[in-house]
Amino acid sequence: MARAVSTRRKVFTTALAWGLGLAIFFPIFWTVLTSFKTEAEAIADPPLWVNFHWTLENYVTVQERSDYFRHFWNSVVISVGSTLVGLIIAVPAAWAMAFVPGKRTKDVLMWMLSTKMLPPVGVLVPLYLIFRNLGLLDTRTGLVIVLTLINLPIIIWMLYTYFKEIPVDILEAARMDGAGLRNEILYVLTPMAVPGIASTLLLNIILAWNEAFWTLNLTAAKAAPLTAFIASYSSPEGLFYAKLSAASTMAIAPILIMGWFSQKQLVRGLTFGAVK
Amino acid sequence: MTSTLRALLGACAVSALSVAAQAETITVATVNNGDMIRMQGLMDDFKAKHPDIDVEWVTLEENVLRQRVTQDIATKGGQFDVMTIGTYEVPIWGERGWLVSLDDMPAAWDADDLLPAIRGGLTMDGHLYAAPFYGESSMVMYRKDLMEKAGLEMPEAPTWDFIAKAAAAMTDKDAEVYGICLRGKAGWGENMAFLTAMANSFGARWFDMDWKPQFDTEAWKTTLDTYLDLMNNYGPPGASGNGFNENLALFQTGKCGMWIDATVAASFVTNPKDSKVADQVGFALAPDAGKGKRGNWLWAWNLGIPAGTKHEAAAKTFVEWATSKEYTELVASKEGWANVPPGTRTSLYENPEYQKAAPFAKMTLDSINAADPQNPTVDPVPYVGVQFVAIPEFQGIGTAVGQQFSAALAGQVSAEQALQSAQSLTEREMKKAGYYK
Repeated sequence: MARAVSTRRKVFTTALAWGLGLAIFFPIFWTVLTSFKTEAEAIADPPLWVNFHWTLENYVTVQERSDYFRHFWNSVVISVGSTLVGLIIAVPAAWAMAFVPGKRTKDVLMWMLSTKMLPPVGVLVPLYLIFRNLGLLDTRTGLVIVLTLINLPIIIWMLYTYFKEIPVDILEAARMDGAGLRNEILYVLTPMAVPGIASTLLLNIILAWNEAFWTLNLTAAKAAPLTAFIASYSSPEGLFYAKLSAASTMAIAPILIMGWFSQKQLVRGLTFGAVK
Repeated sequence: MTSTLRALLGACAVSALSVAAQAETITVATVNNGDMIRMQGLMDDFKAKHPDIDVEWVTLEENVLRQRVTQDIATKGGQFDVMTIGTYEVPIWGERGWLVSLDDMPAAWDADDLLPAIRGGLTMDGHLYAAPFYGESSMVMYRKDLMEKAGLEMPEAPTWDFIAKAAAAMTDKDAEVYGICLRGKAGWGENMAFLTAMANSFGARWFDMDWKPQFDTEAWKTTLDTYLDLMNNYGPPGASGNGFNENLALFQTGKCGMWIDATVAASFVTNPKDSKVADQVGFALAPDAGKGKRGNWLWAWNLGIPAGTKHEAAAKTFVEWATSKEYTELVASKEGWANVPPGTRTSLYENPEYQKAAPFAKMTLDSINAADPQNPTVDPVPYVGVQFVAIPEFQGIGTAVGQQFSAALAGQVSAEQALQSAQSLTEREMKKAGYYK
């Protein structure tokens, strides 16, 4: 009896998980599908699933109109750059808070998290003026700095959580064996925290890749990443859904492919320490 | 030693020459619409005529662009040398000295050829602050076959009463054909563009001469009641979420009997590639209520140069090229007369080739001429603008009022409640902004 209930629950949970997964994936699937339709087919009612004239025309138009590779390269530099700089700052910070906590460590962590609670638009004008005065508007350096600062609390929090799961005894044993701080972090802590660091890195690349508020507001022609590339195909006066879908597909494809190949690392890192 | 010195001097001279020969780069911020995209494809012509100027484009969605260029010009960010701005921004920015005056454009550019209504909307205290690239008004687009089936004939200048009668006769909800499609999505440039223009024709206005809001007047009540009556009885379901694109999709797929919206839609709905009803579309002026004003708006996308740009001369050269008669001829030669940017120059509408290629040309011109941004309403008003009020506060107030009217269309509040809320919120904001105590 107990086994029957368990099987039914298993079937239900599996069906629910599949249903949720498909619901989450559906907008991406529909975007990709629409990118192969003509503009008239994109707005057809009832919607067309597969029985339409498949065309690559939208991709050709997008490629002709925009410099995809310039936007792509900007996205790569900004997302990877900001994540690496963030990790360089966050690893020692998280180590200190996890293994040598002070009286105010929790307050510091909360304060860092509180910076994420402010709506970005609240600091847009001051930051814009600072960037203007420093000559950082429309530069990749400027965006690396901003995205590093924006994602730093998340990076530190994630690493702190992973580090907390590592038994202090192991580090103490290393110290007993004569390991200095550098060796302790490099040869003992880091190998154990690799899944956590890897998932933090991947997640932050995804966050930085998709960040649209700052990347749209602080760039013009030179440093504009793929978010600006998509924005250039949106129009309130004119039905360009098929072209917009093609641009969106081209913009999300690299990060989707990266996510697909690294999903094992991502899941491993995100569930690290979840079950003891 | 001498030869080394010579070599060094030579290298210096070469590098100096190469710097001098380097092209000046201007950055143009623009919207994503067909005419602007077409211009980007014709840049070879500009480059051939002006090899010393390179143009970099920043194309953005309309609302993103508006926020982006406003932020840049207000903070003197200097990111753009030419900005695509609407008729709403030009008078406000011109008055504040944020735009370079275009009074000194060369005689060949022919400022007198600009349509008077469009030029009037871009002029502040006698100075022209932007060059119109493309202009539009609004008009009635209707299905000739459905009108004929209903036994009616659309007059060239219909009244709101006729529109209601025709909407009733054309509606066939079982066949998913709705007599009329109008904007319902909330926003100052969405439902409020339509409703403000409609209100003008019913004798309503946003403010009296003392800047007091006027939503508590009978004229606004008649406007909103007429709109809700039309949409609730003969409009498509879920209309409170419909903007230009949603209604365009409905019309193109044969689900609207009439659609009152931007004249630019004419080229879309008559294009057989995208529209199922391309050969059945007729046009008429926006309706009136016998009070001397029609319910049509006036809008233009214009090229303005921010004051303080480091590339003013190059920016002017570009603006002159992009808004000239020669550019119109260039588009016509490459893509046909039907694809030239409409609504800015008298000469275009006098051109027989254009008249032949664009069957909606006369109606577009008549609609533009019927709008007067300097005197938009039946009673006098202290503001400029047909479907908007050219004051900085209008974007916020217009959208908030639009939300009330959209809620009334969705049935969440009554027309009376929506008007009361509109009145009180507008009063509050105008007092706060110091227009009156």
